Amino acid sequence: MEFLKDTWHLFVRLLRATLRMPVFLIISIVQPVLWVVLFGQLFRSVTTIPGFESGSYVQFLAPGISIMTALFSASYSGMGLLGDIDRGVLDRMLATPVSRGALIAARILHSAVLVIVQAGIILIVACLLGARPHGGIPGVLVLFLAAFLIGAAFAAFSNALALLARRQELVIAVMNFTVLPMTFLSSMIMSRNLMPQWIRGVSRFNPVNWAVTAARDGFEGRAGSEMALCLALLAGFALVCAFLATRSFGRYRRSM
Amino acid sequence: MHAIEVEDLRKTYPGGVEALRGVSFAVRSGEVFALLGPNGAGKSTTVRILTTLSDPTAGRARVAGFDVVREPLEVRRRIGYVAQSSGCDVSATGRENLTLQGRLFRIPAPRLRTRVEELLHLFQLEAAADRATQTWSGGMKRRLDVAMGLIHGPEVLFLDEPTTGLDPESRTVMWKEVRRLAEGGLTLLLTTHYLEEADQLAQRLAIVVGGRIVAEGTPGELKGRLRGEVANPSLDDVYLAATGHAYREEV
Repeated sequence: MEFLKDTWHLFVRLLRATLRMPVFLIISIVQPVLWVVLFGQLFRSVTTIPGFESGSYVQFLAPGISIMTALFSASYSGMGLLGDIDRGVLDRMLATPVSRGALIAARILHSAVLVIVQAGIILIVACLLGARPHGGIPGVLVLFLAAFLIGAAFAAFSNALALLARRQELVIAVMNFTVLPMTFLSSMIMSRNLMPQWIRGVSRFNPVNWAVTAARDGFEGRAGSEMALCLALLAGFALVCAFLATRSFGRYRRSM
Repeated sequence: MHAIEVEDLRKTYPGGVEALRGVSFAVRSGEVFALLGPNGAGKSTTVRILTTLSDPTAGRARVAGFDVVREPLEVRRRIGYVAQSSGCDVSATGRENLTLQGRLFRIPAPRLRTRVEELLHLFQLEAAADRATQTWSGGMKRRLDVAMGLIHGPEVLFLDEPTTGLDPESRTVMWKEVRRLAEGGLTLLLTTHYLEEADQLAQRLAIVVGGRIVAEGTPGELKGRLRGEVANPSLDDVYLAATGHAYREEV
C-alpha cells in the first residue's frame, strides 16, 4: 500500500516536470509522427515484393513504429535518474522512509505512460494516412499493452544501468548498442516471411520482436495463441528488468 | 540520553580507500555538535553512515536510539538530512518540493498542508513558494533544503556543510536559523571546514583528519589545552595544532 502511494507521488513529480518542458513535449509528439511519415514514404514500395504480408505499408508500419518509439523514449529513462543522483535528489529521498522500489517503479511508470501517449498519436496519424485498426478497440489496447511492457522493461534496464554505471555516456552508449540491433532483429519494419532465415530464428528470442508481434496481431485483429504468448513473455521480461533495477539500488548503496 | 552514539566506525571503499579509520563520539540530545576537518577527512562519510545512506565496514552507530545498520527504517523516520549539494528538485516549486518530501514521510495531507505553510513562513520563502526553484538564489535553495529536512519534525538533523558556497549574507542567515533550531531543542550534527562556523554554532566539536578524530571537546576546552603553548589561542591554533600533528603522524 505504501509502495503504491509512494510510487504515485513520485510519478506525479516526474509527470509534472515533463509537462513543464514544452519543447521536450513537442519533440516527443512530432518525432514519432515523423517516423511514420518518413518510413512510410521511404519503404512504400516494399509492399510490392511478393510475399509481403500487407498491402499497405503504413498499415504494417503503425504497430512497429509504436514499439520503436517506446524503445527510444524509454531507453533514456535512466538519464533522469542520473540527474537526480548528480543533484543530490536521490540521496535526499533515500534518507527518508520512502519505499526503495517506488523510486524505480515511478520512473518506469512515467516512461511507460509517455510511451502509450506516443503510441496513441502514431495510431491517429497512421489512420489519417490510411491504416485501419482491424482489431478494433481491444486490438488497440493490446498494442498499448505491448508498448507499455516493452517501454517498462527498457526503462527499468536504463535505470539499472544508470545506477551501476553512473555516467551518462555509458548509459547512452549501451542503450544505443542494444536498441538498434534489437530493432533490426525484429519484424518491426520488414515482414517476417521476407526476413533471412537466421534473423527469423534470432527474432524468436528478441523481446522487441515479441512486442512488435503482439502489437501487430492486436492491431490487425489476429488475436490468437501467438499474441498471448508474446504478451506473457513480455510481461516476464519486464518483471526481470524491474527486478534487476531494484537490485541495482543495493549495488549503488554499497558503492557509496 | 545520547541522540547519536558512534563506536569505532570504519569505512573502506571498494578499491581500498580507507575513509574512516575508527571514529568514536557521542552527541547528547539537544546538543549542537560539529565535525570539523579538511576536505576528504571523512566528515561526509560519517554523515552518510549515520543517515543510513552508506554501510560501515566495521563499528557500530546508533541514531535516536536505533542501530543504523539493523534498523535503518526507524532511523530514517527520526532524522532529517541536508546534504552537501542542494537536494531540491529544480523543476518543481518550493511548495511542491516540501509537499513531496512530507509525503515521503507519510504525513497525512491536512497536517502536511499546515506544516508546509509553517516552514515556508519560518524560512521566509513564502513570496517565492510557487516559483520553480531553478529561479531561486543559492541561499534560498539552501534554506529550502533545511526546511525539507525538518518537514516531519525530526529528532536529529544532519547538516552536511550547510554554508559551503553561500555568500556571507546568506551564511549569516543560515547561522541564525541553526541557532534558532538549537534553541528549539533539536539535536544537530553539522560538518564544516570553517573554523568560525564551528566556533559560532557548536557546543562541542570534533576535529577529523584522515579518517580519525584528532581532538574533541567544547571550543573553550580545545583552546584551553593550548594555553601555555600559544598566548590567547584561537580555534585556528587548535585546528593547526591538531591537523599539523596528524599530518606529521602519517608521514
